[in-house]
Amino acid sequence: MPEVELPIGPQHPALKEPVSFRVLVDGERIVRLDLDVSYNHRGVEKGAEGREFPKALYLIERICGICSHAHATNFAKGVEALMGVTVPPRGQWIRTLVAELERLHSHLLWLGVLAHEIGYNTLFMYTWRDRETIQDLLEEISGNRVNYGMNRLGGVRRDVSDDLRSRALEGLRGLADRAGFYSRIIREEQTLLVRTRGVGRLPRDRAIALGAVGPTARGSGVDFDVRRDDPYVAYGDVPLHVMTSSASDVFGRLEVRVREIEESVRLCTHLLENLPSGDIAAKAPRVAPQGAYVSRYEAPRGELVHYIRTNGTDKADRVSVRTPTLANWLSVVEAIQGRVIADIPVVVAAIDPCLSCTSRTTFVDTGTGDRSAMEWDDLVAYGIRYYREREGLP
Amino acid sequence: MSALVLALYLFVFPGFLFLLGFAWFAEWWDRKLLARLQHRVGPPFLQPFADFVKLLSKENVVTEGVSARLQAALPLVAFAAVATAFLYVPLLGASPFGAPGDLVLVLYLLTLPTILLFVLGWTSRNVFARIGAVRAASQLFVYEVPFFLACLGPALAAETWAVADVVNAQASGLWTFLLQPLGFAVAIVALQAKLERTPFDIPEAETELVAGPLTEITGRKLAIWNLARDIALVTGAALLVALYLGGPTVPGVALEGLAGAAIGFGAFFVKTLLVLAVLAAIRAAVGRIRIDQLVTWGWAVLTPLALAQIAIAIVLRGVGWP
Repeated sequence: MPEVELPIGPQHPALKEPVSFRVLVDGERIVRLDLDVSYNHRGVEKGAEGREFPKALYLIERICGICSHAHATNFAKGVEALMGVTVPPRGQWIRTLVAELERLHSHLLWLGVLAHEIGYNTLFMYTWRDRETIQDLLEEISGNRVNYGMNRLGGVRRDVSDDLRSRALEGLRGLADRAGFYSRIIREEQTLLVRTRGVGRLPRDRAIALGAVGPTARGSGVDFDVRRDDPYVAYGDVPLHVMTSSASDVFGRLEVRVREIEESVRLCTHLLENLPSGDIAAKAPRVAPQGAYVSRYEAPRGELVHYIRTNGTDKADRVSVRTPTLANWLSVVEAIQGRVIADIPVVVAAIDPCLSCTSRTTFVDTGTGDRSAMEWDDLVAYGIRYYREREGLP
Repeated sequence: MSALVLALYLFVFPGFLFLLGFAWFAEWWDRKLLARLQHRVGPPFLQPFADFVKLLSKENVVTEGVSARLQAALPLVAFAAVATAFLYVPLLGASPFGAPGDLVLVLYLLTLPTILLFVLGWTSRNVFARIGAVRAASQLFVYEVPFFLACLGPALAAETWAVADVVNAQASGLWTFLLQPLGFAVAIVALQAKLERTPFDIPEAETELVAGPLTEITGRKLAIWNLARDIALVTGAALLVALYLGGPTVPGVALEGLAGAAIGFGAFFVKTLLVLAVLAAIRAAVGRIRIDQLVTWGWAVLTPLALAQIAIAIVLRGVGWP
């Protein structure tokens, strides 16, 4: 067969979110891969800048359906730091609890997705069934299964009762068994091993050079975790073990995530057993003084960064979000080089892509189909010119 | 045998009409077992039939520049091939169409759908379908050899090329799979690959190639194709039952008269369901491997195993055992 272009996305069974890979293949082998992540820009950053902080928090939580708590907590953490509000310990611990439950459900979901990508649907059905336990717990704790709405500026919205604590501990005991089961499965199931071992290689130095984060980096032996290295909420007060793997391939990323499932179950149990007493929230002021803050958070997919700049009003002057998926794309393009078509879904899924949080704009000449990026100054000039022409100003 | 009985055999039982029902039943059995193994509820009993009717009523889309006649004919030819193959598999006793050497004919007819799948994908004018078609053809060369060899083993042991005689040779209850367990295992795995089921669903790997060679196939063409696939499933399973599990024979029971036919059919039915259950369990237990891994594994492991079984069978035959 001559070289042909294989369109993976923006609608494709392997990727349920809008991303487009244009893959040039020679038979089964990949010759070149082009990546286009700009299919669904939603303008959340700009939207957050136009709203008062509590409303912006509501919007920020909706950046991602899976790691909604990560975005909300990270934003709240930044705004609270700028306002000078201290969240009471119980509030911090409940935030941490929800964060770890969220990591659990995200990793279980991912494990199922990876299994589905290699046609191993039984594992997919198993993990998604176990994920229901966590979603039920999250619903009991927060009232919601997906966007928990647990945060408010100054603390959390709902308390965890003693009755709920004992029920949650019971659910976690069952999950600990299942986590052990998955840990055994990924080491013993042969088709899973032959499809992940040696696939999507990303050596440690390349992972660092390409700016990979989270389990993608830890799967290549990069011992970095924001929870331990720059502790926030209650992570400084709890025993936390950072999982790494030296495998530096898809199996490494798989191993790290499955071990993180086990670790998160332990962590949630610890949090529930040692929950401090006291208030769950402090009162936050309406306005934040002038300042800027870079808020970091270890989301399930890796380090999430929010840059928040305030100017003494009740709205943020600038909000910028760097999602972990955006940091990990480059490593995908590197890891896929020289592989075959069958490895595309596996290698892409291995970074646990979350595309709707990652979309960025690009400029397309609709006549020729040429794409280009625009410098900041050019973009500002373009914006000014556009509004001048539309408003009929000189 | 009178013309009327032959016509009944051909069109009603166990021919065309029965085969339709049995194929849908087998699909339901397969899906239901898979679902239960995956902690799911699974489809209701009539779901495969409902799927068929639904597909028949769908719009018949033909890609621009593709011969509509060719695309419509290919699924029908595949259906005819596997349905004909089923006629030669003994269900109640020996098939009235049985002939010396009909095993070769059955194997040939069972190979046809894969070749037609290749043509279907290659002529679809779709990049996913073409890559899937190439994969289907590459895979064909890997599993057909061990499958043929695994079917040769029982024929060698019985010293005949007629399916009915292979069955009769096992009538004492000494089924071939007891003497040639390796061959039976190879046959099961190769059949799984032949039917393009996990871990060998490489040509239509959903997450890579959408639906592979069938990407552009819709409506009644897809309905007929799926039916042909179901019939290939029961024919393949029934062939293994005939070659390795003694077909409709039950040790110590003479299959004569109406009662004998009923017992024979019951035995055949239960044995076929058991083979289908094994196939479903394999499907649930593993993920999909890559085409390059299949080629390596097929030639390095599966074919040598089949050859070893043949060698053992010949040696045993030489020393006059059993």
